[in-house]
Amino acid sequence: MNRAGERLYNGIVKENPTFVLMLGMCPTLAVTAYAVNGLGMGLATTVVLALSNLIISLLRGVIPNRIRIPAFIVIIASFVTVIQLLLQAYLPSLNKALGVYIPLIVVNCIILGRAESYAYGNPPVPSLFDGLGMGLGFTAALTCIGAVREILAQGSLFGYDIMPEGYITINIFGVAPGAFFVLAALTALQNYVRIVGKRKGREYRKLQSGCSEDCMNCSDTGCARRFYDNGSGQTAGSDGTALSVTDLDEEDR
Amino acid sequence: MDGVKELLILLVGSSLVSNVVLSQFLGLCPFLGVSKKVKTAAGMGTAVIFVITLASAVAGVIHQYILVRLNIAYLDTIVFILVIAALVQFVEMFLKKAMPSLYEALGVYLPLITTNCAVLGVALTNVQREYGILQGVVNGFATALGFTVAIVILAGLREKMEYNDIPQSFRGMPTVLLTAGLMAIAFCGFSGLL
Repeated sequence: MNRAGERLYNGIVKENPTFVLMLGMCPTLAVTAYAVNGLGMGLATTVVLALSNLIISLLRGVIPNRIRIPAFIVIIASFVTVIQLLLQAYLPSLNKALGVYIPLIVVNCIILGRAESYAYGNPPVPSLFDGLGMGLGFTAALTCIGAVREILAQGSLFGYDIMPEGYITINIFGVAPGAFFVLAALTALQNYVRIVGKRKGREYRKLQSGCSEDCMNCSDTGCARRFYDNGSGQTAGSDGTALSVTDLDEEDR
Repeated sequence: MDGVKELLILLVGSSLVSNVVLSQFLGLCPFLGVSKKVKTAAGMGTAVIFVITLASAVAGVIHQYILVRLNIAYLDTIVFILVIAALVQFVEMFLKKAMPSLYEALGVYLPLITTNCAVLGVALTNVQREYGILQGVVNGFATALGFTVAIVILAGLREKMEYNDIPQSFRGMPTVLLTAGLMAIAFCGFSGLL
């Protein structure tokens, strides 16, 4: 059981998907205008992540390596559909607030990343707890960001007014541009921590994100390419001469 | 010509007013990742227009004539993601064989688009808003056009900012995100259009 605890700690603190790995940025920006939306989105993702990790881990001997990514996606999409139907039935207001972002949990790179980097190679129980840990880490991060934005924009937290009478709300944090600003502050903070850490001699090896990169650099080496990865390590349809986008950038220089 | 007017409103609305990246946060990964140079950004934009328009047409047909007919419309998410993934791979193979020059221009970007949430997002939005196939295609095209406009502008700004003296912690992504935020404010101005 110790391993399960370690996975939980790893997901929530050490490799927090939002604050440390910078994965799943689309929902992070889109649903965090209110703390409660962030919490709902986080919990929905947690359920999908934990269950899909469990099933993928159970099926890891059955799924052939070459078609593992499509298989993962079918499993993940099935759980997302289940969650979507449950939300429609029991929490229609949350379902309405989150809208199209609920079905879009399918393309959240945290889930595919965990399936690929952990669940496919580990036994079911640690995989379940790995999913739970990552999901709870994501939930905590979304709720935090949602709380900050809600306090700044509305002066309230979870719908309760908490700021003093004279507080002037900063409406921009409640709408789209504010989300970008909050995330910019967050990444700057992360950069700062890394710079200070490096100066102290700490090393930041590539963390085990499964996506091989964070969301901002995902396009080149990340999960987008992995969809075609059929075991040969090459993009399918490319004959080893495929240019990557980075190559194009370099060529221009 | 009420229908045409409606489609035009849809075109402006989806491309400028509720811009896919700047107000809906879909397709953020390529938006941030492939916007270093205007040339590559434009290539990515073209590929996205191509794929999203095609994908919304295919998804619309499948939804209307297969899923709804069989009364299994709740399988939308599962079917769409697989169809889009297969479609992109098929388009890649087809272009490589039939139109090598176009493949050379777009081929690099195609694999990046598969797991792009904008493609799936458009297909699902079309279903949620109960658009017909033509409306869905126009909405898809407009959304992708909005993406292209945004990514090309961002790439232009990033090219200008490359040699600026920026505090160390803000170098790289934080500055890009701040720029995107300012662009989002500018795009808020379009909401008066409709």
